[in-house]
Amino acid sequence: MTYIPISPKERDAMLATIGVESLDALFQAVPAKYRFPQMNLPPALTEMEAASLLAEIASSNENTRGDLISFLGAGMYNHYIPSVVDHILRRGEFYTAYTPYQPEISQGTLQAIFEYQSLMTALTGMELSNASHYDGATAAAEAVNLAFANFRGKRRKVVISPTVHPQYRETIRTYTQGMELTLAGDDAAADLQAAPEALTPLIDVETALVIVQYPDFFGRIFDYTRLIEAAHAQGALVCVVANPTALALFKTPGAMGADIVVGEGQPLGLPMWFGGPSLGFFTTRKQYVHKMAGRLVGETVDSRGQRSYVLTLTAREQHIKREKATSNICTNQGLLALASAVYLSVVGKNGLKQVANLCYQKAHYAAEELSKIPGVGLCFPQPFFHEFAVCFPKPVAEINEHLLEHGIIGGYDLGQDYPALKDHALIAVTEMNTRDEIDMLVEVVKEVLS
Amino acid sequence: MTEATLFELSSPGRAGVTFPEPDVPHFDLPDESLLRDDLPLPELAEVDVVRHYTALSRYNYSVDTGFYPLGSCTMKYNPKINEDTCRLPGFLFTHPLQPIETVQGNLLLMYQLQEWLKEISGFAAVTLQPAAGAHGEFTGVLMMRAYHKARGDHKRVKMLIPDAAHGTNPASAGMLGMTVKVIPSDSRGNVDLDALKAECDDTVVGMMLTNPNTLGLFDENIEEVIRLVRDCGGLMYGDGANLNALLGIVRPGDLGFDVMHFNLHKTFAVPHGGGGPGSGPVGVSERLADFLPAPLVGILEEAEGETPPLYGFVTPKQTIGRMKAFHGHFGGGLVRAYTYIAMHGADGLKDVSQYAVLNANYLAARLRETYKIPFDRICMHEFVMEGRVEGTDVRALDISKRLMDYNFHPPTNYFPLIVREALMIEPTETENKDTLDRFADTLIKIAEESKTNPELVKTAPHTTPFGRMDEVKAARELVLCCWLPENYSNE
Repeated sequence: MTYIPISPKERDAMLATIGVESLDALFQAVPAKYRFPQMNLPPALTEMEAASLLAEIASSNENTRGDLISFLGAGMYNHYIPSVVDHILRRGEFYTAYTPYQPEISQGTLQAIFEYQSLMTALTGMELSNASHYDGATAAAEAVNLAFANFRGKRRKVVISPTVHPQYRETIRTYTQGMELTLAGDDAAADLQAAPEALTPLIDVETALVIVQYPDFFGRIFDYTRLIEAAHAQGALVCVVANPTALALFKTPGAMGADIVVGEGQPLGLPMWFGGPSLGFFTTRKQYVHKMAGRLVGETVDSRGQRSYVLTLTAREQHIKREKATSNICTNQGLLALASAVYLSVVGKNGLKQVANLCYQKAHYAAEELSKIPGVGLCFPQPFFHEFAVCFPKPVAEINEHLLEHGIIGGYDLGQDYPALKDHALIAVTEMNTRDEIDMLVEVVKEVLS
Repeated sequence: MTEATLFELSSPGRAGVTFPEPDVPHFDLPDESLLRDDLPLPELAEVDVVRHYTALSRYNYSVDTGFYPLGSCTMKYNPKINEDTCRLPGFLFTHPLQPIETVQGNLLLMYQLQEWLKEISGFAAVTLQPAAGAHGEFTGVLMMRAYHKARGDHKRVKMLIPDAAHGTNPASAGMLGMTVKVIPSDSRGNVDLDALKAECDDTVVGMMLTNPNTLGLFDENIEEVIRLVRDCGGLMYGDGANLNALLGIVRPGDLGFDVMHFNLHKTFAVPHGGGGPGSGPVGVSERLADFLPAPLVGILEEAEGETPPLYGFVTPKQTIGRMKAFHGHFGGGLVRAYTYIAMHGADGLKDVSQYAVLNANYLAARLRETYKIPFDRICMHEFVMEGRVEGTDVRALDISKRLMDYNFHPPTNYFPLIVREALMIEPTETENKDTLDRFADTLIKIAEESKTNPELVKTAPHTTPFGRMDEVKAARELVLCCWLPENYSNE
């Protein structure tokens, strides 16, 4: 079926007004030998059939709400999404609108994004936020663009901690292919036990940006204040890739002196959706506003004196600056920024603290119980949030296979990215995991190892 | 009438959703020096939140509330069934790193969508990873660069881009340090062949061409344009922003394009979401297939008897790398587009483009006597007219704002840059004749008003909840966020 609301009679009247004989006659400019190709697609379905087909495909997956218990994180987390979030997202006035180019009839989107920007600065301790990027990895890559532009290309080195998410590091490598940059520190074979200050010797007057993660890929909480001071002493900027749930409890990167704070917004009310779409938040300090990519909403007044909001500083963007733009970015993740804003407003200050505390408590319980098993140990001694690296006396793949037989998705196999962490798994625990589930994880691991 | 901000609505101690008490023994938080002092987020009850966002939603114009002929954005109707399919629990609650045996449904859907997009576009391979059109473009340009480098051809630095192109095209090339050469359009709105010939040499990376172009016109010399670029060793990039004109009409791969991004949020009815998320898969010809971003979805083990194939991830041999974390805009983009294509089939998709083109030509025919259409021939899915009225100083901006008083969303204005006071109108196939007639009648009436009462038009809109904005004040004062009031007490 199609969604075309034109009857054959109306079609004929319209063709007559245009002055052509048939629909096909509208396409004379297309080379005849390529015109109207056959496309080998399955026959069209009715809505009823499509609903059934998609339900069948979806149910052939095993999901993490009912089918399987999950301890998988590594950049996407299984959190509770309050019902109200999707009820707001389902309003056609929000999801069937486009970018608010016409502010007189887009104040809903504009105020919602302005509030999103405000919430993100409150969370990160930074001065301003843009209207979002595609995801955490691309937001981190855009931080490199900001730093590069800030030094007008004169500083060509970026220092990346090896404990930044491997896929983020890979994305940054892809993004910077044409920039003739040196990426230092991006070495999976580095000493992973080292304190963040181990990066300091790599930072010099050629360095545009230092990137660290908070909590880092292994879930560890470090105070980056000293590293940031050392970077600033060389004139370099520092970007912290942060988990937004952790920021409800822990010292903000803003308070540590970070210049840019980015991250994956998925924990704030977005489903995992097999990896996306999610949302990359991007916050920074006022002095970098003109170098920042992405859309920005600012407050103003309308011709009637009412407080209102518009897209502002658009001269940075591609449709004006073209090849000299700060980025080619065009869309933001509008609807998902709205979702995060609704989430933050409905859980509020106390709800978010509760979520973060539940994650912390349960993860620590899981870590303690797992490390009681002979041969199993925590890999790192530092404080952690809701994710931790644990070493096993057997390959992770083998353990995870057994766990799956018991309906449990085990942790992320760290050996895929870090040769030194063979037989190590990254276990994530959120408010969604009950004590019974954690006990079951521990029991099955015990069983596998006995 | 304005709506207070979340922060103004906040009241100490008020709560929305709360969470259970921990069911595990207590663990102390780490040293205080690692903790934050205060969390200055708002405190609201659920009903406050619902009323707030419902009030905001009512300030928005949207496809569900009216006609949205925003040129180049393909603001077609978004079928409701897609909202249900993309929220099936099997899609919503699967983790991107789950064992592949547990997500065969997702992988099958991605694999089939790759195949379908190949079939629709005539390309040899497709990646679903890019998050949006501009992201797809960047992916495409990275592959073009990698292709030349892999051949040891290092002197190619020049990207040819027509003057009518979207701003993302030069911005994507600029991100890779390429030199952009602008190719003018000729008097019929085609690429100027002489100007193109003059630039075609062994330093050309390729050409980025939107076809139909941003005037809504199919290039009458498309085969010659592609031949010239390929003969000098360049690659042809197709901007798929205007693919809604081409479904079942012509396949860019057949024409000789090497790479093109799809905008699933335009052509395949993924909703625009107030500015995103989009979804920007990229199709490529055989010679670029090895450079696609990793991973793609492939068949790891062929079907055998009753056993279905095993789908999994594969890495192209000379991949440019990863464009983002995980696998692309799966739920919000790919599932909706899959549903849409499954319901249309080949004939339905051809209908989409034919009626999109019918609607655009019908509007052009209704308006041609009132407004000047500078490159006036049969158009594709959109057309561009001059938003001015002879003998008045009414501008495209004024006409746009006045349209709001009649409950229409304005067309794209001041783009493309090669048309004076441009109004770019894309009706899409999901509008009926009555709506198109009302829209045409209104534009004709506004032309009349511009002569009889120009002030009325120049001070529009009058009936919307908000008037024209002071954009200079916004840019000068840069108030980009708000916080809890200073006297807000939180204990």
